[in-house]
Amino acid sequence: MFDTRDIVRISLFAALIAAMGLFPRLDIPLAGGVPITLQTLGVMLAGALLGPWRGAASVLLFLLLVAVGAPLLAGGRGGLGVFFGPTAGYLVGWIPGAFVTGWLMQKHWPGNLFLRAYVGALVGGVLVIHAFGLFYLAWKVGMSLRQAVVADFVFVPGDILKALACAYVASIAGPRSLNVPKQPS
Amino acid sequence: MIAPYLTAKTWLHHVSAGWKLLALAAISIAFTQLTDWRGLLAAAAAVLALYLLTLLGHWSRLRLYTSLLPLLVGIGALQAYASGWEIAIASIARLAAMILLADLVTATTPMLAMMDALSPVLRPLRRIGVDENQVSLAVALVIRFMPVLLNEWTKRSEAWRARTGRRPPLRLLAPFAADVLRLADHVAEALESRGFSIKRSQERNQEENKD
Repeated sequence: MFDTRDIVRISLFAALIAAMGLFPRLDIPLAGGVPITLQTLGVMLAGALLGPWRGAASVLLFLLLVAVGAPLLAGGRGGLGVFFGPTAGYLVGWIPGAFVTGWLMQKHWPGNLFLRAYVGALVGGVLVIHAFGLFYLAWKVGMSLRQAVVADFVFVPGDILKALACAYVASIAGPRSLNVPKQPS
Repeated sequence: MIAPYLTAKTWLHHVSAGWKLLALAAISIAFTQLTDWRGLLAAAAAVLALYLLTLLGHWSRLRLYTSLLPLLVGIGALQAYASGWEIAIASIARLAAMILLADLVTATTPMLAMMDALSPVLRPLRRIGVDENQVSLAVALVIRFMPVLLNEWTKRSEAWRARTGRRPPLRLLAPFAADVLRLADHVAEALESRGFSIKRSQERNQEENKD
């Protein structure tokens, strides 16, 4: 299913998501100290630049490393604990988020690369991830969906900005990675 | 960076990773069944006691969770307002207990042991063409790529700073992404020219399975 080049790229983007957690925060911690990081930008980029399957695999690999104990989430968090926390839904949502971003980006819609990447990142990287996070939060903590939406909404503007950044990066770096010659398998 | 794994040995270090993961799964299911706030509070207190006793002398680890505290308080307040304080206490206690318990497993299990415990779970992936060798190669690559990426980005942002005197903009990410993708292709070529090939390792696995 994946050749050597795919494996290396998948690893590269998993490392990119990890590195983005170490970055000096580019944005302000809003909402009660919950850190907003660039890591979701890494997730969107993995989907947009690697395509749905490899993008999702990249996120899965990153989460596997976090689960076995690597402190790769923003703020040096890691381990199984984060998957039992109230925000675990967002983390798991990263996988379909990257997939949907890549899938929408590959659709041959009218519009240039930037627009396609922006729509992909908005739907996959914002809508899908927040939907997973919301439903999990509501289910896990037993709050109503409306309450969860209120709690969640603070993070939406930042993520929309990240989708824009993702579209910009993908429109410049994208063509090269999307037009890779298929290796005979 | 704070490493989640604790090198100092505790009694839990000697329990195998598989058992710890199974116990964690079982307890988490038990916790979702429990709804009475008094019971959950008692369970959370018991978990906290276990945590503190096991990690005696390493309580500074709890500082990792300060970023979670406002979130828990926020959830509690929202729930107390909407559904009453009993439910608020119950859900906060459940969350805190599970987070601490899972962290206890992480603190006492080295990463390699955890990967080994996971490999039976990964084995069915062979059917869709992903074998454990690929996963372990990918894990090794991620760990190797992280410092490389940070280094590449630092070089770029320093060059930007030297020429403009300003903070590097997000725009710098685009050439960076293109360049690291090229770097990845070089790494893949290097791997293949040194005889590492996914196909070959898959064939080897199939031969092993025949025996």
